[in-house]
Amino acid sequence: MQPVLELRGVTKDYSAHRAVDDVSFTVQRGAFFSLLGPSGCGKTTTLRLIAGFERASSGEILLNGRIINDAPPYCRNVSTVFQNYALFPHLTVRGNIEFGLRRKGVRDMAGRVNAAIDLVRLAGKESRKPSELSGGEKQRVALARSLVLSPDVLLLDEPLSALDPNLRLEMRAELKSLQQKVGITFLFVTHDREEALSLSDQLAVMNRGRIEQVGAPRELYLTPRTRFVAGFLGSINWIDGVGVRPEAIRLTRTAPQNDVRRRRARVESAVFLGNRLQVRSRTGAGELIVAEASHSEELRPGETVHLWWTAADELVLPPEPQ
Amino acid sequence: MNRVRAIALTPGAAVIVVLFLIPLAITCAYSALTRGAYFGLGPPWTADNYRRLADPLYGMVFLRSFALAAASTAICFLLGFPLAVFIARSGRRKNLYLHLVILPFWTSQLVRIYAWMFLLRETGLANGILQALGIIRAPLPLLYNDGAVLLGLVYAHLPFMVLPLYAALERLDPNLLEASADLGARPWTTLSRVMLPLAAPGIRAGAVLVFVPCLGAFLVPDLLGGGKSIMIGTVIQNQFTTARDWPFGAAMSLVVMVIVLVLLWVGAGRRGEDLL
Amino acid sequence: MKRALALYAVAAYAFLHAPLLILAAFSFNRSRYTVWTSFSLDWYRAAFRDHQLREGAWNSILIAVTATTISTAVGALFAYGLWKRRSRWLSASLYLSLITPEIVTGVSLLAFYQWIFQFWRLHLGMCTVVFAHVSFCIAYVVLVVAARLRGFDPGLEDAALDLGATEWGIFWHVVLPYLKPGILAAALLAFTVSIDDYVITSLVAGVDSQTLPMVIYAMARRGVNPVVNAVSSVIVFGLGAMILISERLRAS
Repeated sequence: MQPVLELRGVTKDYSAHRAVDDVSFTVQRGAFFSLLGPSGCGKTTTLRLIAGFERASSGEILLNGRIINDAPPYCRNVSTVFQNYALFPHLTVRGNIEFGLRRKGVRDMAGRVNAAIDLVRLAGKESRKPSELSGGEKQRVALARSLVLSPDVLLLDEPLSALDPNLRLEMRAELKSLQQKVGITFLFVTHDREEALSLSDQLAVMNRGRIEQVGAPRELYLTPRTRFVAGFLGSINWIDGVGVRPEAIRLTRTAPQNDVRRRRARVESAVFLGNRLQVRSRTGAGELIVAEASHSEELRPGETVHLWWTAADELVLPPEPQ
Repeated sequence: MNRVRAIALTPGAAVIVVLFLIPLAITCAYSALTRGAYFGLGPPWTADNYRRLADPLYGMVFLRSFALAAASTAICFLLGFPLAVFIARSGRRKNLYLHLVILPFWTSQLVRIYAWMFLLRETGLANGILQALGIIRAPLPLLYNDGAVLLGLVYAHLPFMVLPLYAALERLDPNLLEASADLGARPWTTLSRVMLPLAAPGIRAGAVLVFVPCLGAFLVPDLLGGGKSIMIGTVIQNQFTTARDWPFGAAMSLVVMVIVLVLLWVGAGRRGEDLL
Repeated sequence: MKRALALYAVAAYAFLHAPLLILAAFSFNRSRYTVWTSFSLDWYRAAFRDHQLREGAWNSILIAVTATTISTAVGALFAYGLWKRRSRWLSASLYLSLITPEIVTGVSLLAFYQWIFQFWRLHLGMCTVVFAHVSFCIAYVVLVVAARLRGFDPGLEDAALDLGATEWGIFWHVVLPYLKPGILAAALLAFTVSIDDYVITSLVAGVDSQTLPMVIYAMARRGVNPVVNAVSSVIVFGLGAMILISERLRAS
């Protein structure tokens, strides 16, 4: 099946630096696809290239098989939800949501607009102006405004980062169910790994303008192809050039019997995190290893412990290029 | 803290009361008196001065002043808006470009009006170039008419329009313009449906700052219009110099004040004080 | 779109600056007609020798310096007083004085002076001009200083009070230093407004208090005169340089 969105070797140069470097990936119709990476990795620039706010220096961007590099934003059937929502302050909620439909000259707007308002659960607030809305409500207006146009791809630029932490979790769940209900392809940009891992069908990790790896969240977490991906998706220990995740390390007071990788270490700190204990220990060779233990354990700094893990849990990855 | 505040406010309040409010009150009084034999004025109290203003002759003057002020405002907006957009988008060089607009204005209004006298007269540069290019054979009377006055008014007040427009545009979130395009609006639509409505406070401020001085302008119609383009400002000035009809001049001044106040009330609405 | 806007900006700036540059260029023309003959400083010499121009310039500077000093001091204090607690009628009057057409202000000041002269045997002269200038400069000063005050953290005053400062001490040692750049900008603005004024000054000036704009106006009224070109260039570039220099000083 033809992917709804495809990027081939897309590059964006600014005078001082290269923001997007030979980026290629495909997005399938109806998927929740995330671009994940630290600030400055080029994910937002990539989004803007797809939306049409910037022009690619080289490479092709294809929407439904057609190259759209030269098409201005108002000619592309993609819609953007901005980080600061960008709601028109001089229009009401209804006016904002209608905006795109008016541009298309759609006749029977009321029906579609009402459906969108119900979809994001803003019924009763149509006549309010953006200044009278809370952060979460503004975001829902932004979503409705874009969704009502049935775009081929909905682009979301870190939509949850401006919300309070508890609201963020709530909106995360809402976003996922919304996407599944509407069936529109979502391209989601974020720096929050939990968000990306929990929401996405497919995930692309970016670093310094390049794509490090694309795949399903589980695949990227369990079988990362670079150290950067491994480290970005979760905490990881690098012991003797080999990576082991804290949750894969077992911690005992007596030495293990079976044929496993092992280290003997002295506890430096044991932090109670509620559902588990995070233990930092230092080996005789000076390596710092982070492991997890049951929250009912009583470990004191200075105690000697044995850390062990199986070979299967190891991640052997090449070191980062300079 | 009240003592400090009282001391700080007193001299200024005195200046405002003695040198502004009281003179206005006296002007009100004079407008209802009669012109004296030589120079003075005195009783009887009369409303004649206001009745005289109803004469169609003065009606024409008011109309012309309104028309010229309105035209100047419109032209200043058309010329100033793109410039304000340019400056707002110019990134690091914003300050430089702003200064380039303000600088010539800050020097001397008289000189700037005189410059156009120099350019537009029959033996001036404008005619010289047109003749040299063969477009005309005899010099055109570019000076001493409504057109020259309009040009002078626009030239003198353009910065007053550019600055508030720039201030309003600068505060505009660029994401809003991107969102508009993203939702399918072509550039002209983004301009009319998003940019202009959101710049409205700046447009209002600019319109007031251009229209009001243009309405009561004196130097431009006097120097660039000769005797041909009479505006309210020149008539009023005349009453207090050559015509020596102070009560009539006072009446006219008050009518202008009232018109200005009404315009401000209509134009600025409830947020009039915010302009200060 | 960006290119079109930039081109337009160039044209707009040319429109704004060209007349003055052309004026200045022809002030160096030996001939009084708009045909370039040769470079000459004759008109500048004539301008400097003109007795009326010299007197007018001197009067203008004297008046401007006096009016600026008074209006800046009074205006800055006034802005501070208004900042502590707003007074609707004072703000409204100030706003009104800004928005009143010059001709109306000038005319009412003239009427006021003549009315006063019935009681004291005075006449129009330098003083009447200075007071008139103070009257319209104050609004500009308040505008600039008030803008500067808007960025002042009132918490600083409370902190000073807490540390034992007196009300006056606070104004002198906390607020005033902060206001300095604003006050300088206001003074500069008042100075240029005062030195440039024609309409109000011409109405309230006496025979012995002709200002530079009045002299220039009389010469311009008689027709184009290269001496006026020369004087104009001196004013424009002199004031322009003054403004630029003061901006540089402010930036540092």
